[in-house]
Amino acid sequence: MSETGLLENKVIVYQLEEEEYALLVQHVGAIEKVLPITRVPNMPEFVKGVINLRGIVTPVIDLKERFYHKSTEFTEQTRIIIVSLEDITVGLIVDSANDVIDIQPDHIEPSPEAIGSVVVDYISGVIKLDERLLILLDLQKVLNKAEINDLKTMEG
Amino acid sequence: METSQYLDIFIDESMEHLDMLYQQLLELEKNPKEKEIIEEIFRAAHTLKGMSATMEFDDLAGLTHKLENIFDGIRDDKIVVQTEMMDSLFHAVDHLNAMVEDISNGGNGKRDVEEIISQLDLIEKGESAIVTSKKEKKEDKVNSNTIDDLDEFQLTILGESKDRGFDNYEIEVHLREDCLLKGARVYMVFELLEKSGEVIHSNPTVNDLEEENFDFSFSIMFVTKEDPQELQAKIMKVSEVEQVNITPFSIEDYKEVQDKIQEQVTEVKPEKDNNRESKKADNNTKMQQTGKGAQSKTIRVNIERLDILMNLFEELVIDRGRLEQISSDLNHYELQETVERMSRVSSDLQNIILTMRMVPIDTVFNRFPRMIRQLARDLGKEVEIEVIGAETELDRTVIDEIGDPLVHLIRNAMDHGIETPSRRAELGKPEQGKIILEAYHSGNHVFVEISDDGSGINKEKVKNKAIEKGVISSSEAELLTDQQIFELILASGFSTNEEISDVSGRGVGLDVVKNTIESLGGSISIDAIPGEGSTFSIQLPLTLSIISVLLVELQNEKYAIPLSSIIETAILKKKDIFSAHHNKVIDFRGKVIPLTFLNKIFDVPHEEDEEDEYVSIVIVRKGNKVAGLVVDSFIGQQEVVLKSLGNYLTNVFAISGATILGDGEVALIIDSNALVK
Repeated sequence: MSETGLLENKVIVYQLEEEEYALLVQHVGAIEKVLPITRVPNMPEFVKGVINLRGIVTPVIDLKERFYHKSTEFTEQTRIIIVSLEDITVGLIVDSANDVIDIQPDHIEPSPEAIGSVVVDYISGVIKLDERLLILLDLQKVLNKAEINDLKTMEG
Repeated sequence: METSQYLDIFIDESMEHLDMLYQQLLELEKNPKEKEIIEEIFRAAHTLKGMSATMEFDDLAGLTHKLENIFDGIRDDKIVVQTEMMDSLFHAVDHLNAMVEDISNGGNGKRDVEEIISQLDLIEKGESAIVTSKKEKKEDKVNSNTIDDLDEFQLTILGESKDRGFDNYEIEVHLREDCLLKGARVYMVFELLEKSGEVIHSNPTVNDLEEENFDFSFSIMFVTKEDPQELQAKIMKVSEVEQVNITPFSIEDYKEVQDKIQEQVTEVKPEKDNNRESKKADNNTKMQQTGKGAQSKTIRVNIERLDILMNLFEELVIDRGRLEQISSDLNHYELQETVERMSRVSSDLQNIILTMRMVPIDTVFNRFPRMIRQLARDLGKEVEIEVIGAETELDRTVIDEIGDPLVHLIRNAMDHGIETPSRRAELGKPEQGKIILEAYHSGNHVFVEISDDGSGINKEKVKNKAIEKGVISSSEAELLTDQQIFELILASGFSTNEEISDVSGRGVGLDVVKNTIESLGGSISIDAIPGEGSTFSIQLPLTLSIISVLLVELQNEKYAIPLSSIIETAILKKKDIFSAHHNKVIDFRGKVIPLTFLNKIFDVPHEEDEEDEYVSIVIVRKGNKVAGLVVDSFIGQQEVVLKSLGNYLTNVFAISGATILGDGEVALIIDSNALVK
């Protein structure tokens, strides 16, 4: 991906279960505490519904549901990260989001064959930092619309 | 000149002038001798030329200049309006339109217009051919006829100068075709001439010459004592001058010629002058009217600003809802009073903002006469269009969407509805078909009707086709009402015309129309009488952004149903629900209505199956079809702002959008059209 070509990047670090993930800061619009979610019927499980993000109706996706098929339990730490990619704006539900760090392009390595249980297809690389390993998600694939349409027709 | 800041205004105004050109050309085609129309066209072309020259769109200016010349000719009776030339004129305006569109899309308005220019040149010359044929006889007396528009005053000067021993000459100057600075050369020629005499008149006018609005030659009426040979030599010294012809000018001959032309003109059109008089009177009254109209002042506002205003107001509507809720919760008298007043003021504000965004449907309608004209020609049919209620106003967002469906419907009417002239003659109908386009307000809706006096819809043919295409089964077909049969032609994969034509009939057109209209929250119905014609009636909401809804509850979830699709609400006993073919139905006002349980459709999570003796039902309709939606309870009616679900969640079944309620939560808006089958 082209992001690896940038000289210096900031990433937002968030957690799903025990694993640490990273999102490039330029995709992140805001980090919100959990807002009331309105369920949207006949959607795949991971689409939790829509929220009122300061007057804009924004869909939210439960990443844990998406990767591990297991719903996030909302706690004080739970956050919704608002990400934008091209014309799509979506909120991602994560267990916590608490760090912003600088990374150098040479920190980013192509994704290994398999990391934990996350489907490799959704990963654009990993970031190695001393003792930490951050997983860089491929937003393009995570926000793939064809997928929800497929799921819908399967269910419908 | 830095002109970019004027570009928007230029584009707006050009569009207006082009519309005017189209309309007036259509009028002209009907009344080729109407001076008022010609004046109107001339003015529009002239303004457009001036504007585009200022903005440095040369091709645009060039082509409009040609048009202007032609209409100048028509105005002066030098060119007679003929049907053949109308096509070229329409063509020219099409080109202009394309150029302006290019400019508005950020282009430079460049376009290859040589062909059309040469066509227009022919028209312009056709005029001179006619004129010369009229004055053939004098050709030998007057050596050149380039100057033929001297006025009384100029003739007097020419006469006087003759008496004082000056000679009058007509000088024709040809510049080289590759001349770059025509204006400068003209200036040099004039300067030179003015040293040795006086320029009485020039053709084209001095202004046009200075603005380089001429081809490569111009003529000057010149009074001097100098020797013509010397004069010629002097002018030839100006660079880039190719040829100079100097001919003595005789007032007597000129007058003779002009008189003869005048005679011919008056002979041919004696009644036209009367016409002109009365038209003039008409014109005067019209001018007065417009004068009055101009008193109500208007300003141009960028549509983006109106959109921003609308968005801000939407925020306000949401907060208004919130305030209303808080004040009713707190039950504080003064607070309630204030909130009530604020609500009233803001609904007035809402009305004003909405009317500000209203645009007359004419902006959509006005392109149809031209389209119909062209289409009629392509199809070999004769069609007349009548537009009623073009001033009816609709929200701009609706206007933007409604154009294409209407185009489809008109094409359909022309292609399938209206018969060929010969067929119409056989049927004893006038050869010219008629399409009526009518728009009117009714309640919170706007109706647009397209009717034709064509063949109507063949019920049997439609039915058979629908069965053949698998749209319905033959047993179903027996039960359908006439209207339901007509509406089958809106189903996807349906086209009754055996041969697929370019115009319509790919079987994709009409279902797209239906979808677009329904996505706008409107509906479409069809009525037809075989042999007499058909009518397509479209119902549209006045605005798209703020709608009235009924809020309902399904367990703990809130949904909104647009009031526009609701007939009424009812609370029935459970035992009133019957089963028919595994479908739940109710007998409602003597009609059997199918029920849809929203809890099931939306898969609403429920805690326990509480046995309630009563069910709440919302009766909704789509066209003529009616269905009952079963909900848990009604909350109430509310004005809400329609919001989209964004680009990620598209095509959610039976959900048309969302809105934000007073408590800040999102409620989904039910698309009842998807639930009525």
